[in-house]
Amino acid sequence: MNYERRDLKVADPEETTMPRSPGEAESPTPTPESPMISETPARVEDMHATRHVRLEDLHAYYDSNHAVRGVNLSFEPGNVTAIIGPSGCGKSTMVRCINRMHEEIPGARSEGRVLLDDVDLHASNVDVVAVRRLVGMVFQKPNPFPTMSISDNVASGLRFIGTPRGEIKDRVDSALEGAGLWSEVKDRLSSPGMGLSGGQQQRLCIARALAVEPDVLLMDEPCSALDPVATLKIEELIGVLKEKVTIAIVTHNMQQAGRVADTTAFMLDGELVEVGPTDKMFTNPDDDRTEQYVTGKFG
Amino acid sequence: MADPQSASPHPLLETSGNLRRRRAVNRAVELSAWVAALLAVAILALVIASVTVKGISSISLDFLTANTADFGPGGIGNAIIGTGILVGLATLMAVPFGILVAIYTSEFAGRRNQSVIRYTLDVLNGVPTIVTGIFIFGLLVAGHQQSGFAGSVALAIVMLPLVARSCHEVLTLVPGSVKEAGLALGASRWRTTLSITVPTALSGMITGALLAVARAAGETAPLLFTTSIFANFVETDPSGALPNIPVQIFKFSESPEPAKHAQAWAAALVLIAFVLVISVAARILSARMRRRLGAAR
Repeated sequence: MNYERRDLKVADPEETTMPRSPGEAESPTPTPESPMISETPARVEDMHATRHVRLEDLHAYYDSNHAVRGVNLSFEPGNVTAIIGPSGCGKSTMVRCINRMHEEIPGARSEGRVLLDDVDLHASNVDVVAVRRLVGMVFQKPNPFPTMSISDNVASGLRFIGTPRGEIKDRVDSALEGAGLWSEVKDRLSSPGMGLSGGQQQRLCIARALAVEPDVLLMDEPCSALDPVATLKIEELIGVLKEKVTIAIVTHNMQQAGRVADTTAFMLDGELVEVGPTDKMFTNPDDDRTEQYVTGKFG
Repeated sequence: MADPQSASPHPLLETSGNLRRRRAVNRAVELSAWVAALLAVAILALVIASVTVKGISSISLDFLTANTADFGPGGIGNAIIGTGILVGLATLMAVPFGILVAIYTSEFAGRRNQSVIRYTLDVLNGVPTIVTGIFIFGLLVAGHQQSGFAGSVALAIVMLPLVARSCHEVLTLVPGSVKEAGLALGASRWRTTLSITVPTALSGMITGALLAVARAAGETAPLLFTTSIFANFVETDPSGALPNIPVQIFKFSESPEPAKHAQAWAAALVLIAFVLVISVAARILSARMRRRLGAAR
């Protein structure tokens, strides 16, 4: 039960919560009494990736545009899964269904199941806020909050979930450490987050997502706005973080998928063409279209 | 070097009639746009200059503090206080209301509601202010009496679309990626709006509110039916008519006395100075907002 490590505050006791382990998840619908409170406040350094995400026949739409067409895919803990594919193939839309950011877009809807262990994140009794506390996200462009300092940016998620004031400082430091940013910013925690370089801003966003200690981290082309050196740092960070949190990374950079991912999934026109170990996907894929894409024949 | 006289000049040096015509048209359009821009600036400069020239001689501490008088020098002290109260009350009504409308339209409304509300606000903004004045006259004055309250409600109606539209614009300027970051951290929509979107847009929203205040301070028509029958002394109770600068300027200008005409110019100068100060403040704030958002892009 080593993952009963954290003090995940739930503001409203009536609010639907996720069970903390498969053992507790005997009933598929979470109950308000699910034990969520642990004795020791957890830190990023104590996090361990434990949760599976499984997409079952996932469809996503923008109005009448059918962007994701029946995807079945698993994300394993301790494993980085890359989703590759040409622009507009639905890979971002697919991961945005996992933390239900997809439904924020006017006219967007989705069908099918997104299971975190065995609870459907899209079930009507699951609160979207609870989902996003367990499934963090890092976006394409670094998006620190413009009015906030470096430490306030990292603390923002903790404040949203009502973390006790006294605990925040420690957890901010721990998240910055976890995102590999601590040594660069420790002397200027109260200066604006916007003053950092692009790569540092993106690691700040990773720290912000880690601070609330999610079980799953979605990364939507996290390096597409960064230079190669900053990209390398993020990739190294992904290698460390995959032990702490289940990672799904969308990328249109195949080399990046090759460098960071254990598993690679190839999408085309909203469909999942093939998924497999990254090595196999790049050297000996089963599907011709995968082969054509990874060898640069299209996309 | 190609010789321009030779039979076939280098294509880069060719000056056919077509090219010459395009150049001439280009220059003509550029010139007329430049003249139009210059004229716009000149009009403002002329207005300010003529008001200053005609009004400055009557400006004195006495003029700013003394009450209006039917005979003798007098000042506009009571009108300044009255305008302050009128505009203050109107601001208290219109700014929170307008900001809530803007937050609803930019953050919560669906696409259809958003465009309906935006269009409605544009139409409301286009309603002639004299119509607003008559409307409030019928609603709050007819059968009762003129009151500062009625006047400020009329001013608030003038301000509302300005505040709501300008705040809506700056709220939509906050990058969607920043709002998404809040939502993705598990903040609800209203929490994201209050903790992230509004603080980011705050200086722009204050700019919008200030410009609406400046506009309301100079409005005359909404006050003509609602708070124009007032005495020559300080009046602070908004349940009765309040003296105010715009109507006072109108009254001065109607007077047969040349001294009162000079006072009309001086009062106009006070009003214009107030509007200018507010506009400059608004400008400084909006520059701050743009810097902040520039960094966010």
